[in-house]
Amino acid sequence: MSAIPLVPGGHIHEWHLPSRGRVGMYCLIIGESAIFTIFVVAYVFYIGKSLYGPTPQQVLDVPIFNTICLLSSSVTIWLAERAIERNSIRTFGIWWAATIALGLVFLTGTAIEWYKLIYRDGLTISTNLFGTTFYSLVGLHGTHVVVGLSMLLLVLIFTLTGHVRQEHSERIQVLALYWHFVDAVWVIVFTVVYIIGK
Amino acid sequence: MFPERLRVGWIAGLVVALVVFLSSPAFGEGPQSTPSIFAPVSTPAIEIHNLSLFVLEITGAIFVVVAGILTYVIIRFRARDDDDEREPAQIYGSNQVELAWTVIPVLIVVVLFLTTARLIFAIQDAPKPSTALEVTAVGHQFWWEFRYPRQGFVAANELHVPLSNTNHPSPTYLDLLSADVNHSFWVPQLAGKIDLVPNHPNDMWIDPLHPGLYVGQCAQFCGVQHANMLLRVYVDTPEQFAAWVSNQTKPGVQDPAVAAGRRVFETEACMNCHTVNGTAATGRFGPDLTHIMSRDTLASGAMLNTKDNLRQWIKNPDSFKPGSLMPAMQLSDDQLDQVTSYLATLR
Amino acid sequence: MADRTLPIDGSLDLTPPREREGLLETLHSWVITVDHKKLGIMYMTLAIFFLLVAGAEVICIRIQLAWPNNHFLSPQVFNRFFTMHGTTMVFLVGIPLVFGFANYIVPLQIGARDMAFPRLNAFSFWMTAFGALLLYFSFIGGAGLYGMGNAPDVTWWAYAPLTARAFSPGNATDYWALALIVTGFGTLGGAVNVIATVISMRCKGMTLMRMPLFAWLMLVDSGLLLVTITPLTAAQIMLVIDRYLGGRFFDTQAGGSAMLWFHFFWIFGHPEVYVLVFPAFAIASEVIPVFSRKAIFGYPAMVAASVGIGFVSLGVWAHHMFTVGMTSAGNAFFVLSTMLVGIPTGIKIFNWLATMWGGKIRFRTPMLFCTAFLFQFLAAGLTGIMLAVAPWNWQLHNSYFVIAHFHYILVGAIVFNTFAGIYYWLPKATGRMMSEKLGKWHFWLFLIGFHITFDTMHFVGFEGMPRWIYTYPADRGWNHLNLVISIGGIIQAVAVLIFAYNLISSLFRGEIAGNDPWDAWTLEWSASSPPPDYNFATDPVVHSRRPLWDLKHPEDPDWKYE
Repeated sequence: MSAIPLVPGGHIHEWHLPSRGRVGMYCLIIGESAIFTIFVVAYVFYIGKSLYGPTPQQVLDVPIFNTICLLSSSVTIWLAERAIERNSIRTFGIWWAATIALGLVFLTGTAIEWYKLIYRDGLTISTNLFGTTFYSLVGLHGTHVVVGLSMLLLVLIFTLTGHVRQEHSERIQVLALYWHFVDAVWVIVFTVVYIIGK
Repeated sequence: MFPERLRVGWIAGLVVALVVFLSSPAFGEGPQSTPSIFAPVSTPAIEIHNLSLFVLEITGAIFVVVAGILTYVIIRFRARDDDDEREPAQIYGSNQVELAWTVIPVLIVVVLFLTTARLIFAIQDAPKPSTALEVTAVGHQFWWEFRYPRQGFVAANELHVPLSNTNHPSPTYLDLLSADVNHSFWVPQLAGKIDLVPNHPNDMWIDPLHPGLYVGQCAQFCGVQHANMLLRVYVDTPEQFAAWVSNQTKPGVQDPAVAAGRRVFETEACMNCHTVNGTAATGRFGPDLTHIMSRDTLASGAMLNTKDNLRQWIKNPDSFKPGSLMPAMQLSDDQLDQVTSYLATLR
Repeated sequence: MADRTLPIDGSLDLTPPREREGLLETLHSWVITVDHKKLGIMYMTLAIFFLLVAGAEVICIRIQLAWPNNHFLSPQVFNRFFTMHGTTMVFLVGIPLVFGFANYIVPLQIGARDMAFPRLNAFSFWMTAFGALLLYFSFIGGAGLYGMGNAPDVTWWAYAPLTARAFSPGNATDYWALALIVTGFGTLGGAVNVIATVISMRCKGMTLMRMPLFAWLMLVDSGLLLVTITPLTAAQIMLVIDRYLGGRFFDTQAGGSAMLWFHFFWIFGHPEVYVLVFPAFAIASEVIPVFSRKAIFGYPAMVAASVGIGFVSLGVWAHHMFTVGMTSAGNAFFVLSTMLVGIPTGIKIFNWLATMWGGKIRFRTPMLFCTAFLFQFLAAGLTGIMLAVAPWNWQLHNSYFVIAHFHYILVGAIVFNTFAGIYYWLPKATGRMMSEKLGKWHFWLFLIGFHITFDTMHFVGFEGMPRWIYTYPADRGWNHLNLVISIGGIIQAVAVLIFAYNLISSLFRGEIAGNDPWDAWTLEWSASSPPPDYNFATDPVVHSRRPLWDLKHPEDPDWKYE
């Protein structure tokens, strides 16, 4: 930097700073966690407080299969991350596609569950406190699944057209971080809605 | 010199403000037309006042010391014109100093917290004596409903409570409810304010030690006429209070001379919102009018209770409280005269 | 002033000369820019513009309140004006100031070429601008029945259930919620960007403990924002669900709770005020040392205090709710936490004082504003302690005393130091100094007007005047005080106009600044004024907290003492 020969005690060692993509994603996750926390707090606060209408005990079926699919998708995406690290693009593509498929199964299962709740049980977002907090919280999570799947799909398209290579593994890991976050949020939502709330 | 002017300007401003403040009728015993928090007449307000003086002393001392040091610094260490260009000694910090000015504030906080906590519990958790008067206050947009459940009547906007004294306390306990949005009951000379939150009943108590009229108003924005949701609390001597209660428990005066006005009242939808005891009017949306003429003001303090004001209010509430929820009923002049005469008999 | 141009490679502007651009091309380059300096200027321009707009709103308010039973503004318009004044000042002035200062200065101070995510930066700015447009569109959104398509009028807190469809028909409240959800996304993007920049883009040798305090404070501020703005976004989504989809979040008739809104709003609202004040701390931590000619006293303590304030500020929110009916134990807890947050705040004041002690203080315009800041922030902190005493809060809450307290911070600390920051760094951004003479007129007029208004306001609060009232009875004894308050407002307005004139005229007639007009010590002063697009031709390498001090004082560099 300067032309003056100034030598302080010790020269600069290797200068490594965390990757900005990773830092950025962690920050986004922290912010999103705050949003989810507020919706979870509202859900928990209103447990048992509906004055009328269907209750969780009456209408909720625990979505075991859906949950297994979504949590497994965290495993498949992890396998995909490891694959691209070792430059196995084909394996990466397979596990990546599996992740997307599992995510789609989850979304389909949610849609089926909501269809039943709305048309057979008469529970909508405006029915009572349970309906409002249930659809908001599960819906917020579902929105994040949709956004995540869109990103994953985009990467799958890039992979199939041959644009994804080993040097992108860092970016893949950053995106996978988001997906892991979505799964972690589901663990909490599942516990609060289907276990504690019932 | 800048530092001098800074200090002078600061002190001058403070003196001006103090003079203006002290010249206002904010101090004294008994009711003031200015509802000052420094003129308390009821135990909660008095205790708060005493605590506030203690807090003012501590914070005032802190201000004098720190601002004093700052003033000294800006005078003593300013760059002089005849100064050489050398930089002053660079001091990077001192652990002892940091420790000192951390520990001292912690001690101050401990003292302040303990004195504060003690008063919180004393006021909020004070046990209710059996001699207490119970009143339920319901906040509406933009008026106050006061129910006296044990005495069996409902009043509006002007609250009457009995005088208390320290030897034989007769406090008034208020249950605070809301019919619509958030409101807040604030009569500074009597107590701190507590909010009226729908679906969340609150309570407070007062024991005024000097008779008279104490003013206040709603202190949580509740809509377009929040500014005119005024409070009038009449602290009555035992005789005055007994007389007032006795009058309020009577049904509405039935004067045959104003039968025409009563018919207007009952056919022109007034009875849908208002109650007059002993008649078919049992509406609850607006204030109880059984003893409307026993009140000094109309529309929660918006104007004095005169026949002209009453007539104008019924003709067009927006002329006094634009945005008030009472509609103008489009009555003819005759109908207005008649219904005003009728209401004027409801003492 | 001294311009110590140093033999630093990075300070050379190697940009090849461009042909003169037409107006359209210039505008286009600003609209599509992802450069942190341009975006910083755009944020600052937005903030100053809305400062003037919200200032005009409050001058109208003060005219209405100068006499009892005045008819200058109808109650409906008055309620819209104070709601818009508060909402504008917090979201369209305060937060843009955070990102305006952070965007312009942080990359330069840490030796970086730009922010971590330049396109996200542009996206964040334009989201903020669009949200501002949406909010102000409400004024003309549609005439008609009261409440239909007009500006929000529910206070900037928008307490439920006043915001429910039943009590706020029309679209006014929807403009409030939707506009702020939009700006909220911009804010979240900005915060992510600042954190990633500070963590991942520092130049060689700049460990976190060698970073300028300004950068530290922007880092903590952005971290705080991540968990501050998001609860508000969540609550506003709930409000929109209630208003549009029939949700029951705040529907008290269905068992819903108004208290939930109070908690959610203040979980946002309290840390938000720390978010707003951190730039004032950041500016003070740069200006005071330079104009006292001394290093900041107690750098590690200042870092610790800033982080401490960030964390503790998350646990004090219910001191805005002492009157809503929490339990006595709940009230007591928040008294304690609120008083505790005063301790690291006080430590910062003491460290700034100690920095000035033994210095050679030059009272140029930036330092005048920072000195006034110290007095005013001290006073505001102490009135804050008064408000933390819950029983006294039961009297002072929602009175003009509270308005006086928070304006002492918002104006007395934040606006004063914003002026200091602009006088200090505008020469870097434009290459020209602002006029010292006009600066002094600006300062003294603003100081006098500020104190006339806000000192007096404490007393009218003591006398029982609540907030949010469009008029007051003539017999409450508040008449003279209100007139005095209003007159002070006019004086402040004149001072701000002088500032605006100074700023604009300096762009054309200001003295050329050079790289380092203030003889300062952080990296931004090694670049040219204005810096080239790429900031530094070669990446800087630093060995201490004050790299330029080391170069100017090779016989006594900082790294010997740190």
